[in-house]
Amino acid sequence: MRMIKHALVMIAALAFMAPAYTANSSESPQPNPKLLKSTADHSKFKELQKEFASGPEVTKVCLSCHTEAAKQVHLTQHWKWEFRNPDTNQLLGKKHIVNNFCTSVTSNYKACASCHIGYNTDGPQFDMASENNVDCLVCHDQTGKYKKPSGFAGNPVTKDTEFPPGSGKIIRGINLSEISQKVGKTRRQTCGACHFYGGGGDGVKHGDLDSSLDNPEKSLDVHMGTDGQNFTCATCHKTDGHQVPGSRYAPTAQDKEGAHMRGKADSTNPATCQACHGQTPHKKEAKLNDHTDKLACQTCHIPAFARGDVPTKMSWDWSTAGKRGKDGKPLVVKNDEGHDIYLGIKGDFVYEENVKPEYVWFNGKVKYTLADEKIDKANQPIYINKFEGSATDGKSMIWPIKLFRGKQPFDAENKTLTINHLAGADDTAYWTNLNWDKAIAAGMAAAGKPFSGKYDFIETIGMWPITHMVAPKDKALGCADCHSSNGRLEKVDGIYIPGRGRDHLALLDTAGWTLAALSLLGVIGHGIGRIVAAKRKQ
Amino acid sequence: MARVYVFKRFERFWHWAQALLIITMLVSGFEVHGTYKLLSWHKAAELHTTAAWALMGLWVFAIFWHFTTGEWRQYIPTTNKMIDVALFYAFGIFRGEHHPYLKTKNHKHNPLQRVAYLGVKLFINPLIWCTGLFYLFYNQLGAIGLGGVSLGLIALAHTFGAFLMLLFLIAHVYLGTAGHTPTAHFTAMITGWDDDVHEEPQGAQAQ
Repeated sequence: MRMIKHALVMIAALAFMAPAYTANSSESPQPNPKLLKSTADHSKFKELQKEFASGPEVTKVCLSCHTEAAKQVHLTQHWKWEFRNPDTNQLLGKKHIVNNFCTSVTSNYKACASCHIGYNTDGPQFDMASENNVDCLVCHDQTGKYKKPSGFAGNPVTKDTEFPPGSGKIIRGINLSEISQKVGKTRRQTCGACHFYGGGGDGVKHGDLDSSLDNPEKSLDVHMGTDGQNFTCATCHKTDGHQVPGSRYAPTAQDKEGAHMRGKADSTNPATCQACHGQTPHKKEAKLNDHTDKLACQTCHIPAFARGDVPTKMSWDWSTAGKRGKDGKPLVVKNDEGHDIYLGIKGDFVYEENVKPEYVWFNGKVKYTLADEKIDKANQPIYINKFEGSATDGKSMIWPIKLFRGKQPFDAENKTLTINHLAGADDTAYWTNLNWDKAIAAGMAAAGKPFSGKYDFIETIGMWPITHMVAPKDKALGCADCHSSNGRLEKVDGIYIPGRGRDHLALLDTAGWTLAALSLLGVIGHGIGRIVAAKRKQ
Repeated sequence: MARVYVFKRFERFWHWAQALLIITMLVSGFEVHGTYKLLSWHKAAELHTTAAWALMGLWVFAIFWHFTTGEWRQYIPTTNKMIDVALFYAFGIFRGEHHPYLKTKNHKHNPLQRVAYLGVKLFINPLIWCTGLFYLFYNQLGAIGLGGVSLGLIALAHTFGAFLMLLFLIAHVYLGTAGHTPTAHFTAMITGWDDDVHEEPQGAQAQ
């Protein structure tokens, strides 16, 4: 009986499944999954099915459909390399600042413009109005094959080219037609092609941005992890008409807004943690939400930077540059891991991995020491950019930062930072002839600034916000990392941290424990007295 | 002297639960303060907070009990025989004298005890309770117009209260051994029965 019942159930089940089977098998092949993401297949556009000799030729085709794209890009920092900070009124951007890595782009455009979002960026006066010079591919490339080699003023190389001329080194040409037919949304790798390699190499500059974020695990970055949510940069840095929010020149140090909601107008920076997580993100341990008034999320949630096996540069001493090896070429010294620790053309470096950040009060205001400002060796280290803030201004949060220490040339008589000509095949470039006199004179001339002819080296500090490489919550800092003496926040003033010894009133602790000890001794003495008295009586 | 039931069941429960909680809070509190590392700061802070809520709950019940039973009168201070009691602890106790204060059911605390316990109830407890709540709800103080009070000051007052409680605890535990036998007070506090109580005249109850 039971057998028959089972058999009937089976037959019934099969009868139900049968139509589904036929429906599946008779269907046409699955559509290309790309079609589900985009309404246009660029490989079908006739205009792109041709050979391109240069970048601007591609852009011209892009603009034939995306008619306003270049105008949007023209408004961005990515294009202008210029930013007027409304708060400090300082004119910033790559065009104007002097940093303590390669110091300045001014006379080095042909090399530096590899990371400009444009073509033919051959000097500070590059054609700002040219629409065809906007480089669409550098951000929208999906193949990973698009390259803008150093020395070509931001242009890709389409035919095999010997560079530098006479060196015997060949730069392979790339096929712009293929790349242009496969364009798509920006990826971590496209943003990373510049932002991961700032300062002259992988991970050099930021510390929290390097090639380990191309395809990170969740443990390195909980949002971008390919084994997790797989965020791209633009998931947080959500663009609006090619404008990318989240600026290092004028960062949002304190975001008191709630989480952004779809359909609700929001004027605040969408790239902050709070823009998604709000002000009370800790559900399990509500006490942690009491920290969000004073601590940037990053302070606890990024326990260390350069965590992805790519070291970051922590200091750079230009004053020791200039040594040559036995072969007469600039000296190269590497550490055990193969990283340069001394280069004749650059000086001494220190690389570090898994670096614990420094912590400072930061209100979002960054004050730069620009090329015209007077500096004095007596006041060194000079802050290339100083994060301002205090415990009491009501706008500051405690932020993790990378402190980058440099020692770089300055005009010893005019007392200004110098613009240094580094890259290029000419006789004055420092990387060619290792001569500071010529290099500084040429750099200052290119910048149109006076140079006394006398230079010296001055210690400088650059500050970098640490905001990427957010660790999974179980890897965030624990209470005792800060609630202790000599903890992470030992040097942060203006705040009482329970458990931090330096915040105690020493008098109270000393008096309290002394009295407690005396009381204990007193009662013990009294007790012994009673025992002795009782014994005598017997 | 007679054997009398002086500590009611709730009173004993209240006393020992409070003892446990206060010791827990002293141990965890001084770890939070940074004096030593024992449980880990996180666990110490959690334990301290949990114990604080438990103790506050207990206090609410205890206050209610004291007022509804009239037992609060046990803590009305008096100077009568205070000097005698002090002199007894200084000298008489070593000579094997009997305690100069004769306990009765309705006046079971000697003058020094009364003043000490009253001090705990009217000064140390409220100080710790208030500063503790300020500490716990520091971020919300602004909402009641106290945003200007610094955490450092709150912590300072709280720590001051903790030291006072510690001093009280040392003295209290030791004086627990100073009954007519070293364990008499402890036994009374556990069983409720004290066999060194003076039977008071009927009229005295009205006091």
